Amino acid sequence: MRETAVVSQPNPLQRIPGVAIVLAALIVLFGAIAPGFLTPANLSNVLVQSTILTMLALPMTLIIMTEGLDLSMGAVLTLTSLCVAIVSLATKSMLLGLGAGVLVGAAFGTVNGWLVAILGIPPFVATLGTLGMAQGLSLIVSDGQSVVGIPHSVRDIYSATLLGIPLPIVVALATYAAFHGLLYHTRFGSYVFALGGNREALRYAGLSPNKLLIAVYALGGTMAGVAGLLMTARMNSGHPTAGLGLEFDAIAAVAVGGTSFERGNGWLLGTLLGVIAVGVLRNGLNLISLPSSVQVASVGVLVIVALFLDGLRSRA
Amino acid sequence: MTDITKEALSPPRSFLSQDAIQLFYRLLAVFLICAVLAVLNDSFLSLGNILNVLRQASLTFFIASGLTLVVLTAGLDLSVGANVALSACIAGTVIHTTGSPVLGILTGLACGGIVGLLNGIMVTALRIPSFIATYGMLWVLNGLTYWYMAGETLHGFPAGFRQIGSGYLFGLPIPVYLLLVFLGIGTLFAQRTIWGQEIYAIGANPVAARLSGIPVTRRLLLVYAVSGTMAGLASIIFLSRLNSAEADIGESLTLPAIAAVLIGGTSLFGGVGTVFGTFVGALILTLVLNGMNLLSVSANWQPLVTGIIVILAVWLDMKTRRRAQ
Repeated sequence: MRETAVVSQPNPLQRIPGVAIVLAALIVLFGAIAPGFLTPANLSNVLVQSTILTMLALPMTLIIMTEGLDLSMGAVLTLTSLCVAIVSLATKSMLLGLGAGVLVGAAFGTVNGWLVAILGIPPFVATLGTLGMAQGLSLIVSDGQSVVGIPHSVRDIYSATLLGIPLPIVVALATYAAFHGLLYHTRFGSYVFALGGNREALRYAGLSPNKLLIAVYALGGTMAGVAGLLMTARMNSGHPTAGLGLEFDAIAAVAVGGTSFERGNGWLLGTLLGVIAVGVLRNGLNLISLPSSVQVASVGVLVIVALFLDGLRSRA
Repeated sequence: MTDITKEALSPPRSFLSQDAIQLFYRLLAVFLICAVLAVLNDSFLSLGNILNVLRQASLTFFIASGLTLVVLTAGLDLSVGANVALSACIAGTVIHTTGSPVLGILTGLACGGIVGLLNGIMVTALRIPSFIATYGMLWVLNGLTYWYMAGETLHGFPAGFRQIGSGYLFGLPIPVYLLLVFLGIGTLFAQRTIWGQEIYAIGANPVAARLSGIPVTRRLLLVYAVSGTMAGLASIIFLSRLNSAEADIGESLTLPAIAAVLIGGTSLFGGVGTVFGTFVGALILTLVLNGMNLLSVSANWQPLVTGIIVILAVWLDMKTRRRAQ
């Protein structure tokens, strides 16, 4: 089993340059032009702010590896963040809030997987539909208003530290380790590679590609639920547009990180570096006083360039 | 077995009658929705509401008609809503600074067309899958528009210009006439011109289209440019109807446009569908949303319902195609 995974993996040495060069170039650029960029406080800030994106980008990598896509992630995160806020407000319990968020996220992920795997609807349209549904539900449960007054136990998640390291970073690193183990060291991981590369082989091996596909999308929704808790903690409230467009940053991180949209291979460490690259880009533009609109446009350009280069590589 | 051999071996199908049946079902749906709404709410059949539905449907149709051509080639344009917002804001600025609505209209159309062309270049020359290329474009345009407007609102346009979106001619809103014109042009172009037929061929089988000498790249560029230009046209109608432009006007437009195309029977897999179907699709969607409005359902429910409709439409389309085969 281990061998399958190793064979399907892209050669990391070939890939490290791409995303590492982008990241290094961004750090050098903003180190030179953005005052206060290279201070420890700011760099730690970049990492803390990248944690929510990490929670989305890791499962997004797996989904894209199956030649899929999840456009609903940002909207689902918004909904789960609201669920965390509403339930924790009502029960005064952080854990019940988290449970509600994870449950709703997993439900949406499962629906996505079902639409894609069982009904055979193209992923980008299926998840565009569920994007609308999650957006609508967010408006309905919140009535378009912010949910405020959530318990301290939720807010403290974002500001707490463990051995001097901010808790969100610990959570993100633990998640990365879990995904790394899952993708490269378990059967399930090998199956994920096969879902993108060779679905027939799974069928011949007596496995159900459909069930595996549903599991991959359900994992994405579940992670959006966990990220929902971090989002609520970060904003100290639930807001009906909190996660707007976050799926795009996640797709950007995956694309910059060197996971191919066409060949069913993925590289998790690349995604992690891609997340940091997106975080550095946004933070740097912010420091030189460019508005968030310019950040959004820059991430858009970043994705298009990354996909263009990916296309060049796949033809080479 | 490849698709081509499968197609060759299967008994001849009459697509026309199949499509006619599909269209009949959709018109029946329009009729049923109207009947239900008329029973549930007295004001549904009022002249004011019917004209309102038609005007609303025409706005969705302008965006969706160009999108139909893109979907016919098995592509997708997710940037149309953001394109409307950018084009409206730029056209609005031009009208304000030059005082000339004509110049503003031309700028809006050109802006939409250029964005569409850029989409086409990404899909053809850079070979990025259309849904992801236009999704990237969506965020680029979104960022540009918000940056350009910097939270400002443009409002107050010449009375003559406002007639386009809110005026009447012989008792019918002017957008409805525009709808009829573009419905006619779109249908003639798709069904009765060689370029239109080539677009169907590209969607049905791009390899066969290329081998039979169709200039696939140029047709695709055309299709994306047309989709962008129609978004530019929609931006003009919006601008003159709302008498204002803000950066966020396009955010709720893309999903309904895609819904209209899919309800109208255009297949996501390319090669099947009509512009007239998209008109019927826009009508069905508008009737549903209008009905919810009349029945005092909060507007917060609209994205949820539109999302469900998109998924249902694709699923029904796939089911009928599978059965037809």
